[in-house]
Amino acid sequence: MDLEHATLVRLSKSFGLFYLIALSIITVVYAYWPSNRKAFDRAAKSVLRNEDGPWR
Amino acid sequence: MIGQLTKTERQYALLILLGLALCGLMFGIAGNHDPLGVHGALIGVAALVGIFKVISVYYDPEPGDERLNRYYDDPTKFGIILTMIWAVFGLLIGDWVAWLLVKPDFTLDAGWASFGRLRPVHTTSVLFGFGGNALIATSYYVLQRTSRARLADQLSPWFVLLGYNLFCVLAVTGYMMGITQSKEYAEPEWYADIWLLVVWVVYFTIYLRTLARRKEPHIYVANWYYMAFILVIAILHIVNNLAVPVSFGSAKSYSLFSGVQDAMTEWWYGHNAVAFFLTAGFLGMMYYFLPVRAGRPIYSYRMSIISFWGITFFYMWAGSHHLHYTALPQWVQTLGMTFSLMLLIPSWASAGNALLTLNGAWDKVRDDATLRFMMVAAVFYGITTFEGSFLAIRPVNSLSHYTDWTVGHVHAGALGWVAMITFGSIYAIVPWLWKTERMYSPRLVEVHFWLALAGAVVYVFAMWNSGIIQGLMWRTYNESGTLAYTFVDSLIAMHPYYIARAIGGLLFLIGAIIGAYNIWMTIRTGIRDVRDSATDMPSPMLGGTTVLESGE
Repeated sequence: MDLEHATLVRLSKSFGLFYLIALSIITVVYAYWPSNRKAFDRAAKSVLRNEDGPWR
Repeated sequence: MIGQLTKTERQYALLILLGLALCGLMFGIAGNHDPLGVHGALIGVAALVGIFKVISVYYDPEPGDERLNRYYDDPTKFGIILTMIWAVFGLLIGDWVAWLLVKPDFTLDAGWASFGRLRPVHTTSVLFGFGGNALIATSYYVLQRTSRARLADQLSPWFVLLGYNLFCVLAVTGYMMGITQSKEYAEPEWYADIWLLVVWVVYFTIYLRTLARRKEPHIYVANWYYMAFILVIAILHIVNNLAVPVSFGSAKSYSLFSGVQDAMTEWWYGHNAVAFFLTAGFLGMMYYFLPVRAGRPIYSYRMSIISFWGITFFYMWAGSHHLHYTALPQWVQTLGMTFSLMLLIPSWASAGNALLTLNGAWDKVRDDATLRFMMVAAVFYGITTFEGSFLAIRPVNSLSHYTDWTVGHVHAGALGWVAMITFGSIYAIVPWLWKTERMYSPRLVEVHFWLALAGAVVYVFAMWNSGIIQGLMWRTYNESGTLAYTFVDSLIAMHPYYIARAIGGLLFLIGAIIGAYNIWMTIRTGIRDVRDSATDMPSPMLGGTTVLESGE
């Protein structure tokens, strides 16, 4: 059990730190990627269009 | 209600209900010397009622294909009604237990009415009964509108909604009989847990199948939050409820975990239930209903994406802050504390995003109590997440833990954020669903708003005072180095705050009852209007009275 605990601690203190930083960077890059801007603006406005039923 | 089911769907419904009745029968027989037998009977009766209902419409004409030109809102409508029933019931029990703390002899000398049993009845009824039904009902609505696609079928949404409510009824009645696995917010026993798992997996498949049929290329952010809510709750529910029943005829089971592992698993579950049930799910609600009601797109769609991933990454690790100064390893406590502090960033990004969306539309907030519900919800969300990060700091926690400060914090979130955003969304959705121009009485919405706000503020301030006094009394030493106050001393000091809390809760309850009445009257007039007019009324404009103008 001692070994397992130590391994877990090592993993969370090394890999655990870096993968979360990597994920944060990916998220920010995705959100601010210039070519995504149009899609996001469109998405934000999409809920305001009033349609009575599904598109078929 | 279920008249729109096709012949095949009616047959499947009967099959499912027969299977359920069989399960009820088996539990009734196997558990006839156990409280499980009562639940077997309850399941059986519920299944029989369902069978009669399906048979009564079985030979009705089938719905035509023109139904596919409309969204399927019947389960949403029924879900909204269930939401309000659970709200009134859950808040009533909540206020009851609040008065029970003022006057502990109020237990009627009955086991079911003791504080220990009624308290989980309150928490389950408000969190899962009120909150869960609101999430399921609104998620069906939002999913269809944002995907511009009808729900993939008509039977599974009913299965999820009614199956989920069966779970809630099993949970609440079980507590009163003494059935509990003693895990906070996960009290129901193994059979109810397995049933909820089945229901939940179907819920997730509804989402995936409908999204697969979407006509809108981008998946709107509200759906991300709703999906995170469904997926993560499934994971949490499975892991935290791993247990072995004593026998198939017994309600009692033993958890797979013990000691500090059990505590850590439970609070990993517990805090993520806060994160993904009470936060992610209701953020999904907010990201749809707030912009639509205000008639303005969300202030920053990019910020909503960043806060989404921030909330999903960070919350997972925050649970250990519930176990400061326990046998849990110090580094795990520190981890939980650090992530709780980091959580402030995505939380405030969401709250700020909501308020900035309203910036420039404050006149609408002033005039429209529905939008004001949502605005106040965002403010409370900001306050509560700040307080949460603060309370997670270990030395602060040494003062606040086990005191009423925690209770105040939870209710700032539950009354101020969850209930307010839900009431706001319900007041927005009810006229849209029942095709009326507005709520039966906008004045009563206004009355509800002020009662709810006053109730929440009174409640939270009472608990802040009580909690901090309690914490300080427990850590005051006299010259000889022993505790200056006994526990009973601190109880006596809390008494006035308990009265104030119960009054705050009463105001909130009265508000909800008025809301339920208003919604009921809106539905009745809506149905009458539709009957009176020979043709179908067109859907009212989204955004209630506010209409989006070109160039806005």
